[in-house]
Amino acid sequence: MSRFLFPRWTNALLPLLLVAGATLPLYVVFVVAYGFSPKTLDVGYMPSQPVPYSHALHAGILGMDCRYCHNTVESAAFAAVPPTQTCMNCHTQIHRDSPKLVPVRQSYETGLSIPWAKVHKLPDYSYFDHSAHVNRGVGCVECHGRVDQMEVVWKDQPLSMGWCLDCHRDPTDRLRPVSQITNLAWDQKTQMTREERESLVKLYHINPSENCSTCHR
Amino acid sequence: MQTTSSTRGFVDRDNTAETPGERASLVLGMHRFGEITHQVCRVSENPPPMAWYVAFAVSIGLVGLLGVAVTYLVFTGVGVWGLNNPVMWAFDITNFVFWVGIGHAGTLISAILFLFRQKWRTGINRFAEAMTIFAVICAGLFPGIHVGRVWFAYWLFPIPNQMEMWPQFRSPLLWDVFAVSTYFTVSLVFWYVGLIPDLATMRDRATGKVQQIAYGFFSLGWRGSMRHWHRYEVAYLLLAALATPLVLSVHSVVSFDFAVSQLPGWHTTIFPPYFVAGAIFSGFAMVVTLAVPARELFGLKDLITLRHLDNMNKIILVTGCMVGYAYSMEFFIAWYSGAMYEKFAFVNRAFGQYWWAYWIMVSCNVITPQLFWFKRIRTSIPIMFVLSLFVNVGMWFERFVIIVTSLANDFLPTSWHDFVPTWVDIATMFGAFGLFGTLFLLFCRYLPMIAIAEVKATMPEADPHHGHAHEGAHAGSHDHSHGHGMGAAGLRPAFRDPEAPTH
Repeated sequence: MSRFLFPRWTNALLPLLLVAGATLPLYVVFVVAYGFSPKTLDVGYMPSQPVPYSHALHAGILGMDCRYCHNTVESAAFAAVPPTQTCMNCHTQIHRDSPKLVPVRQSYETGLSIPWAKVHKLPDYSYFDHSAHVNRGVGCVECHGRVDQMEVVWKDQPLSMGWCLDCHRDPTDRLRPVSQITNLAWDQKTQMTREERESLVKLYHINPSENCSTCHR
Repeated sequence: MQTTSSTRGFVDRDNTAETPGERASLVLGMHRFGEITHQVCRVSENPPPMAWYVAFAVSIGLVGLLGVAVTYLVFTGVGVWGLNNPVMWAFDITNFVFWVGIGHAGTLISAILFLFRQKWRTGINRFAEAMTIFAVICAGLFPGIHVGRVWFAYWLFPIPNQMEMWPQFRSPLLWDVFAVSTYFTVSLVFWYVGLIPDLATMRDRATGKVQQIAYGFFSLGWRGSMRHWHRYEVAYLLLAALATPLVLSVHSVVSFDFAVSQLPGWHTTIFPPYFVAGAIFSGFAMVVTLAVPARELFGLKDLITLRHLDNMNKIILVTGCMVGYAYSMEFFIAWYSGAMYEKFAFVNRAFGQYWWAYWIMVSCNVITPQLFWFKRIRTSIPIMFVLSLFVNVGMWFERFVIIVTSLANDFLPTSWHDFVPTWVDIATMFGAFGLFGTLFLLFCRYLPMIAIAEVKATMPEADPHHGHAHEGAHAGSHDHSHGHGMGAAGLRPAFRDPEAPTH
């Protein structure tokens, strides 16, 4: 009788099969929870930019305030990317002939924007208002990291929904006085006590909403 | 040998008469176990009849239509369906509930009738269970696609994710996910465990290398030793016990999708038992719809006898009456509650814009099954086939009536809106039938449609106290020389044990 029975060596595979069967659901959960997360996929995103502009030089060494360029951040939802004219405020005087600034000068002459690559992208279906955050004690550094130390800007935080919610559920430790809002080196966890931070919650009337429609309008 | 002529199994024999003190035969015209093996296995071993190819072509064509409809839906969005505000559930959930309901007969036959020692279940349990699995696959399709963005269908499950977002644990929609997936898993395991000995039989009879390896792989090295049989029986009993509560729980949970909401016409406590009765009703109708052509085409009339069909028709009659009772009780409560909206919902069902759907439902589910009071009708193949089709239609319309009439006319007349299906709705509905048909036809072609080993146990020859001992021995001794050498001298097919001393 010719019939297919499993050869004896397959018995050794049986425990493996059981282990695989038991761990497969866990693996799926792991892949979804960890693999699909922006923490894994997005953090560290550092596109190359058309101009070798260094935040580390301008915001770090020269100590320029974030708001000099991103000037709408306190009054609008969107933190403006500066027009070429903002660069040329200084660069008509400084490094006038630097080859690094060729695209900037070209843009200035032609009136066409410099095609900066956007690093911090939020999807269309999520609403975010910069002014609501920076006017009420959430510093730039909380979401963008130490931009003053970055030669080329990368994405420092995942900007995932769970990450947003973490802060909306308990914002206390992420708050600082508005006076320190663009001071990226200043750390409220060492400079302030928890009680002081809690007083900021009252002072700024922080009552972050967790409704779907807060961000998905 | 002369009994295994080619016409065997193609002629109806009447075994529906009740003789006091005697159990009616459930296997007709066969006295050897090997003949049963042959009757069932020849379906897959011989080329299928022309009708199979025709049915398969139609089914696979409908699957293509389903593919088109679903692809269009996925690329465009649920707007391609006729859904509107307030009718946000219509054909999708109607089809879902319909298919989940169909499955229930398989579980009832395989689990509850097993525990109640109803021996006639053995003739029909295998393909009723297969039907269950295929129906649940069709059912599972609809919640998957009605979420719109199918790539997020995994949100149905509570999996930790970057959004820190969880399903609403207080919602019956999540309970439904658990109920249906548990149901599918248990049904699949139950079906597969039952298949193992028969797959081994198929393996041993197979002549092609591919078949030998395929059947051999899935029969998990079954050799038919006493130890195998012992463990098999224990596993089967345990699975039957596990599956039994599911018969009642799954459709109860499905009914909660409606009953837990506040909508008039949905918010009723009668829903769980009413849905379960309806599910068994529709499931048995589907078993009859499938069994009638299957036994005709594949010559299984000696194994799925008139008595089996008669019994199923009795269950259809009983559950049909239960469903009818539920319909009338809904109306009674609508009146007795004094709730204006409830009363309106039911009057609107029967006499509103969807009156025709309501009366199709009542005619097919309550009125026509009453014909099954007559034995002549219960045992008439053409009539029962037509009546079972009516029940299928009626039960589809029942879900449509419940879902659409309640949503289209809720509390506020300003938000009323009628539902009109689009071609995509209709294509998806028929496509699901095509998917079901395709899976079922493939099952008929490649797997034993009848539980060979279990059917044998219902024969008088299998009874150790069988009065005619010499006949039994006679049958057994002939069996070894019979047919393809497929030995079945005892209750179970005899498998040669490779560890036996002769090797």
